[in-house]
Amino acid sequence: MTLNALLFQALNGLSSASSLFLVAAGLSLIFGVTRIVNIAHGSLYMLGTYIAYSLAMHIGGALGFWGGIVATAVVVGILGALIEIVLLRRIYRAPELFQLLATFALVLIINDAALWIWGPEDLLGPRAPGLRDAIEILGRHLPTYDLFLIFVGPVVLIAMHLALARTRLGRLVRAATQDREMVGALGVNQAILFTVVFALGSALAGLGGALQVAREPANLSTDLTAISDAFVVVVVGGMGSIGGAYLAAVIIAEVKALCIGIGVLHIAGMALNFSKLTLVAEFLVMAIVLIVRPYGLLGRVQAAVRSIAEPEEPIRAATPTFKLFATAVLVILIFMPLLARNSPYTLVLGIDVLIAVLFATSLHFIMGPGGMHSFGHAAYFGLGAYGAALLVKWLGAPMSVALIAAPAVALAGGLLFGWFAVRLEGVYLAMITLAFAQIVWALVFQWEELTGGSNGVIGVWPPPPFDKSGFYFLLTLALTALGVFLLRRFLFAPFGYAMRAGRDSPLRAEAIGIHVKRVHWLGFAIAGCVCGIAGGLFAFAKGSISPETIHVQRSIDGLVMVLLGGIQTLTGPIVGASLFATLQDTVMRQTEYWRALLGGIILVLVLAFPGGIVGAFTRLFTKRAAVT
Amino acid sequence: MYTRLFASLAFAVTLAAPAMAQQTIKIGELNSYKSQPAFLDPYKKGWEMAIEEINAKGGVLGKKLEVISRDDGANPGTAVRAADELVTREGVSILAGTFLSNVGLAVTNFAGQKKVFFLAAEPLTDKITWQDGNKYTFRLRASTYMQTAMLMPETLAAHKKRWALVYPNFEYGQAAAAAFKELMKAKQPDFEVVTEQATPLGKIDAGAVAQAIDDAKPDGIFNVLFGGDLAKFVREGNTRGIFKNRTVVSLLSGEPEYLDPLRDEAPVGWIVTGYPWNKIKIPEHAAFLKAYQAKYHDYPRLGSVVGYVTMKSLAAGIAKAKSTEPDKLVEAFKGLKIDGPFGPFYYRAIDHQATMGCFVGKIALENGKGTMVDFKYVDGTSVMPPDSEIKKLRPASAN
Repeated sequence: MTLNALLFQALNGLSSASSLFLVAAGLSLIFGVTRIVNIAHGSLYMLGTYIAYSLAMHIGGALGFWGGIVATAVVVGILGALIEIVLLRRIYRAPELFQLLATFALVLIINDAALWIWGPEDLLGPRAPGLRDAIEILGRHLPTYDLFLIFVGPVVLIAMHLALARTRLGRLVRAATQDREMVGALGVNQAILFTVVFALGSALAGLGGALQVAREPANLSTDLTAISDAFVVVVVGGMGSIGGAYLAAVIIAEVKALCIGIGVLHIAGMALNFSKLTLVAEFLVMAIVLIVRPYGLLGRVQAAVRSIAEPEEPIRAATPTFKLFATAVLVILIFMPLLARNSPYTLVLGIDVLIAVLFATSLHFIMGPGGMHSFGHAAYFGLGAYGAALLVKWLGAPMSVALIAAPAVALAGGLLFGWFAVRLEGVYLAMITLAFAQIVWALVFQWEELTGGSNGVIGVWPPPPFDKSGFYFLLTLALTALGVFLLRRFLFAPFGYAMRAGRDSPLRAEAIGIHVKRVHWLGFAIAGCVCGIAGGLFAFAKGSISPETIHVQRSIDGLVMVLLGGIQTLTGPIVGASLFATLQDTVMRQTEYWRALLGGIILVLVLAFPGGIVGAFTRLFTKRAAVT
Repeated sequence: MYTRLFASLAFAVTLAAPAMAQQTIKIGELNSYKSQPAFLDPYKKGWEMAIEEINAKGGVLGKKLEVISRDDGANPGTAVRAADELVTREGVSILAGTFLSNVGLAVTNFAGQKKVFFLAAEPLTDKITWQDGNKYTFRLRASTYMQTAMLMPETLAAHKKRWALVYPNFEYGQAAAAAFKELMKAKQPDFEVVTEQATPLGKIDAGAVAQAIDDAKPDGIFNVLFGGDLAKFVREGNTRGIFKNRTVVSLLSGEPEYLDPLRDEAPVGWIVTGYPWNKIKIPEHAAFLKAYQAKYHDYPRLGSVVGYVTMKSLAAGIAKAKSTEPDKLVEAFKGLKIDGPFGPFYYRAIDHQATMGCFVGKIALENGKGTMVDFKYVDGTSVMPPDSEIKKLRPASAN
């Protein structure tokens, strides 16, 4: 690779960086002020590309293209404002992270809406009028549109910087990022401020998407791609730092361009294909940055956020009524194989639901009582599943050994990743768990000789009598009940109290002699270990596993289950997982637009039960008790 | 509100009603409709038309065919559950469909384990019929190896020495690149790979990839990208002039699903496999085209043909077996002859692979749209490795 080639790839990287930066800047702005983890941000970006495509094609010419891009930003901004006013404003007082659930529902709905409006085919927009060709730089051709994009990023960066530094709105935004309660106390209308910020952030996403119209086709899968990229950029740059976001975008884009530029390298007789690294480059960068700088490149220590949600009730031991109820449920489940003799599918679904319950409960263990929001819980699920499946594949291990190995492998992963993760806080912790999960995913995906690559491992079936779904159901039930009971037992042991003390007040906990980091680290490992059991059970239930087992989608599903049930209750994850797993299964069969239907149901649940289903019921009962 | 919640819960756990006396022959179909709509929307239209035609003629064995279709969620876990649901709840003994290679493999394995018949429609990985094949699984589409081999004559005729490979980084792309290298090394001793770009599926950084290929100064480019990745790569490549004076050989790019979104930027001169729907002179195809356009007021994509032939194959197989029992169906499918829109083909007994071929030709621009010229139909039988090799590849238990 010559120096000129290297320099030229750097230019390519800069133009990609601009696109990354635009999405990330909007996300950072919204998160900074409202503290909402808005996963629908990528959907707004996707809508931007689609709307700009339609405008460019229907109006045509320079007006349709350039005017269309501006109009798109405005339209998407208005849409963002509507989302904030109609939906999010109703649930600001819900427990933290709950808004994530609402935005997740929006992702599903917007995706199906786009499918309905624009159809399934990729839509490649026109080339940019005036910027169709390439100019020669360093003996190579650089598209003029890329050159234009290289300047767009910094221009938006400077404009945002000036707006934040010099205008009244900018001052309010900065103040709200620091301490939004104080801003409210000083008489600023928070409702309007939030709406404006949401609209601005959305407009930036729309602009980012619209600018892509000349480079890539509008495509229904860009929403998730964009959101994961945007999160990485925001976190690497440091939450709330616009300059940091640009710096991070440049670094990530340059690393990728460099990997592509290097291509295949021969080191000591081994051919190393660097282009394959692009699969996970941004997550490697993120993990390294967060380990070295816990608040991102230019981020500062996060100001404490006084939650505006109602304070959480301390957890209480089960009442006799509840114990009776739980026993009854368990007994019914034990007799399930007999009850469902005529409908074997009930058992197949039952196995999936039980596995989801174990997965969600283990996630809740660190998320709720531990206060560590893991966005990468699928890693331990996948480690368990692959641990079990690979033992069967390579060593011919029996199921019993494989199912013991599953939690052991996941425990090792939990210990390793947890050690790094507990050193961080809040959203940074969440993102490093995501980074680890993605790295595990990429490793499994790339290490073909061992893991079977994208095909995964097939032919992992349970031996008789467990090949009958009735027996496998009972096995799953036994292990799930054991896992759930064990986690509950931990929470009511001194260890559990110590973990919650560390969550609620790290300083005081340290003062009375609790080693908070160590307790949280062990909590992390325990959750990973139990999650590994779920993974092992999953492998044998399906007979095959593939990298999707570890995919970010599964991590998000886990979050949705926990939040749906209610993060502040212990039965929440069980109810949430059961409901979500059965819903997903049923809804998929109902209509072609099942994603929108699922999203719609979740939205209804979100609005009806802020605090989750179990949370809402508990509150109902306690209120009644208080009245009587 | 609560009633609605409980209603959906109750609905979800409701035990299925015992199967009613069978008035129809049920076929379980599963595919990644949500994740790959560009190919699978036309595919669904194709099989719906086939079922309509079959039932209009009185069905099979005196019964009508009924397809129960499911979304497989584009991942093996959900796919296996959907397959399980079709088998245990709907009581089907015949499965068909799937698009992605890994999903197809998982369902293949499921079919072998549960002893149900499975006709893999679209997944291209060689492993479905070779390394991981089993008794109960057949496959319709020409595999990755077959399609790569079909491109070989034109590729060798160009006689280029230095090659750049670009492919999506998952089973399909990796297998195609491996097959290309293997075939080229065997037939052209001075063949040399100057760069290999394995790009993340759906996330190609097209500018940088195009540039890296240009910097490696290849004489020829072998492309396996499809869908959105292909569109991005073609636009960047055209703008940067990297295709000039280079032979480009490309899998699937002549399929309308992937060619049409490129409109007037279709890369002229690429040697591709594809489906020139408006130029095929085969009489069976003319009839298919006419019926399809009359029904949908749209032209067929390759997916339409695959969906159509999938159901036609199953109907023919059931008629020949005079049964829907998987074991009898397996026997009937061995050597089963089908007259599809591309003319006659058959399902091979040795590896359960259909011999339905592909059209190989060059991309050209006509009336501002991409199309194929100088194309010919290459039958699947002509590119198969010798039987002795296939016997070595396929597990003994699969026969």
